[in-house]
Amino acid sequence: METKTKYVFTLPALVLIGIIVMFPIVYNLFMSMNTWYVASGKGLEWVGIKNYLNLLSDKRFLNSLIVTFLFSLGALVFEVVLGTSLALFLNREFRGKNLVKLIFLFPIAATPVAVSLIWGMMYNYDLGIINIMLQNIGLKPLLWLASPKLVIPALIITDTWQWTPLILLIVLANLESLPTDPFESAKVDGANIMQVIFHITIPMIRPAIVVAAMIRSIDAIKTFDMIYVMTQGGPDIASENLNLYIFQTGFSYFRMGTASALAIVLFAIVLAFNVFLSIIRKSGERL
Amino acid sequence: MIKSVKTTLFYLGVILICLIPVFVFLWMFMTGLKSQADNLSIPPKLIFSPTFANFKDVFGQGNFFNYLLNSTIVATFSVVIALLFGLPAAYGIAKYRMQKIGLALLVARMVPFISYLIPWFIVFRSLGLIDTYIALITTHLIITLPFVIWIMVNFFEGVPASLEEAARVDGCTTFQAFTRILIPVVRNGIFTAAVLSFIFSWNQFLFSLILSGNNTMTVPVAVFQFISYDEINWGGLAAAASVITIPPLVMTVFIQKYMIKGLTSGAVKG
Repeated sequence: METKTKYVFTLPALVLIGIIVMFPIVYNLFMSMNTWYVASGKGLEWVGIKNYLNLLSDKRFLNSLIVTFLFSLGALVFEVVLGTSLALFLNREFRGKNLVKLIFLFPIAATPVAVSLIWGMMYNYDLGIINIMLQNIGLKPLLWLASPKLVIPALIITDTWQWTPLILLIVLANLESLPTDPFESAKVDGANIMQVIFHITIPMIRPAIVVAAMIRSIDAIKTFDMIYVMTQGGPDIASENLNLYIFQTGFSYFRMGTASALAIVLFAIVLAFNVFLSIIRKSGERL
Repeated sequence: MIKSVKTTLFYLGVILICLIPVFVFLWMFMTGLKSQADNLSIPPKLIFSPTFANFKDVFGQGNFFNYLLNSTIVATFSVVIALLFGLPAAYGIAKYRMQKIGLALLVARMVPFISYLIPWFIVFRSLGLIDTYIALITTHLIITLPFVIWIMVNFFEGVPASLEEAARVDGCTTFQAFTRILIPVVRNGIFTAAVLSFIFSWNQFLFSLILSGNNTMTVPVAVFQFISYDEINWGGLAAAASVITIPPLVMTVFIQKYMIKGLTSGAVKG
């Protein structure tokens, strides 16, 4: 009887998830071992792991790995460090705190396409507000998105703008829920503020920081909208991360087999990174 | 004295930090409200006579109103279907502690959207369903359904078991206890899940980019198309960007209290 009710509630959703989520994952795995040019009109052709082997000598794939790595690591480091620091700064009672929190929710909720469009304008060489501000303080204007060297830093800045608030708010919520006793006894013992932060606060919020980093990393490694709207992977392929390369392979060249293999690789990277972070998190819990 | 200086410095710091997110939105709205000449002037004008011409153009030219309607239809159905299937599932998972399902959903979230898109593109193409609401709602459900389940598992787990037991003692079936007792108790969670899912669907770009067409184009895709046609018309672009960004921002105000809890559920336990 219990088992029956259990499935009355869950089965409809599980069946639907099976169709819309599990079916494409399995199909994707299957496609990654086939060759299929949509345009050729020919059917699928089984090639085993050849699509994966071909990637090893694919320079554009290697480039996309480097871009993915630089972009996500840069964004993640900035977002975690900035987000945690700002959360520590804001962790006290003050008037308008709720308004401040609301303001930081806005970038998270804003449509990525719109945000990227606006940042694209702000990075414009002649008219962009960023170069105008640089010139106002006596610096030279920069090419930003048009420069192969600066395009990834520029994208990291935009990503940091949009997603630091998420880390900030997760960490701040955790800080607010901490018990006050350890802090009071540290005060009594005469610890200064830096000692308190590094020896008491940070160890206590470490699990929350790792969770925030996990949530963020899942999306940062797979970033698509922002880069596609701002640079389309350019100049040339200087900002083409793995997800953009998959998109081009699948939907510009219609090489669905290769694109599927690439997608599996991307999934493996996200999974591996998260397993790594959850090991860090669990080892922290035991300490 | 020192204390009040410290407090003033703290508030100055808070204002400076808040200016960073605010500035970008402000700049977007201002660019949308400026005439083309004002947008091209250097240095940029902080004081200008605002014009709604860009907003009028956005709604006047092409089918922007249709795109807004498409986005609304797709998001609404993706949310309602996700709630219909997700609420009972979340209740079951919480009540019977089926944690493995939650973990499986977390792993599914790590799968790149494009892994879902390629198979669905092939299926919808062979069924002739590209550029239909069915294609868009199906793929948006890939995001909204697991998300609703995550949030609601959290909220259902927070309900004391005694509440449901009392209802059972009063003669309710499990199903009646679910609809009459539990659903009202977790209404804040449902509201948060619904609003966040709506925002996710509204903001979704990749699925809609490939699966929509002239009949079903959603606003993010429409705005992206504007960029390619009209790179220099900053006023028009910023006005369009403002129009699509305002709904998610306004919705955020209503779910402020639970939004971070909602965004982190699922990952916290995994």
